[in-house]
Amino acid sequence: MYVLVAGGGKVGANLARLLLRAGHEVTLIEQRADRFAALEEEFEHAAQRGDATELFILERAGIKRPPDIVLAVTGDDEDNLIICQISKEKYGVPKVIARVNDPRNQAHFDLLGISPTICATSNIMGLIEHEVPEHEDLVHLLELRRENLEIVEVQIDKDSPVAGKRVEQLNVPDGARLISVMRNGQSEIAVGSTELLAGDQVLAILQPGKEDELRRVLLKR
Amino acid sequence: MKVIVIGCGRVGSTVAKQMLAEGWDVTAVDEKEDALTRLGDDWPGGFVLGHGMDVDVLRAAGIEETDAVVVSTDGDNTNLVIGQVVQKRFDIQCVVVRLLDPARADFYEQRGMRTVCPTKTAIEVLTEAVRSCEIPKVTV
Repeated sequence: MYVLVAGGGKVGANLARLLLRAGHEVTLIEQRADRFAALEEEFEHAAQRGDATELFILERAGIKRPPDIVLAVTGDDEDNLIICQISKEKYGVPKVIARVNDPRNQAHFDLLGISPTICATSNIMGLIEHEVPEHEDLVHLLELRRENLEIVEVQIDKDSPVAGKRVEQLNVPDGARLISVMRNGQSEIAVGSTELLAGDQVLAILQPGKEDELRRVLLKR
Repeated sequence: MKVIVIGCGRVGSTVAKQMLAEGWDVTAVDEKEDALTRLGDDWPGGFVLGHGMDVDVLRAAGIEETDAVVVSTDGDNTNLVIGQVVQKRFDIQCVVVRLLDPARADFYEQRGMRTVCPTKTAIEVLTEAVRSCEIPKVTV
């Protein structure tokens, strides 16, 4: 496939390297002269210099073909958003992926329909909550935006009304399902006969907005 | 009538002062405090320090009750994002966005954004100025 990578910092350069190694055709666009010099040495003609938010730079990089996917991974959220918007809406690029640097800007990407996005800071925050589960009672692990679903983790404590019960005895709300139960480092798929015990970490999939109902059923709060 | 001017450089500050003189309730937004000096020592309008992409800053500037927004920071992409957020999230009808790049201005204009492109204006005015010059014929 043909991949256009906008932004030749660490993320963009490493992506370009991996994609080229996997046999794909890649064009990497970088604006800064110092960075570009190093990239050109490694990637030769696959590296192009310029501002990837300028239409003629995108066109020179082959946006009109169009690429199978555009990766907007500069360090600037505004630029990433505009690159994706122009790629999709002006040039009909079928797929884009945008990097979000400042998690506060996520809402802007969502508002303008730029998806999927990836935000390292948000991902690390999610991992922190996963690694230190007493932080919060219901931890968001993954948002599946296109499916309008999310995966959350709940720690069953000894006061939980479901401790000692089987999954089939629970009144899990519509729009939510338990996926798996992790106990002593071992995980198993949650089925009707799976018993929940205090200390278990339960994964659930649910529609956004069902968190409170699920929290009430599993934790009574 | 209330207007928020986001980006208070040479252009934004002058727009803010002019609108205020015409009786508008004006709030300026800029991420640098220096911008306030452009508005003059006795600026009677509002001023909010912060980035226009920050929704809290927009709220502090009164985005929920404004009639119009002028977006004139020095970054085209910043202006494009702020302009769309203000339009779509806060449902403001009168949003005018300054863009230096004529190509992006054309594209977003087609998508229904009100853009002002000083570069395009300069090109038109300069070309016209040359056309209308009276160039004396040189006789040998």
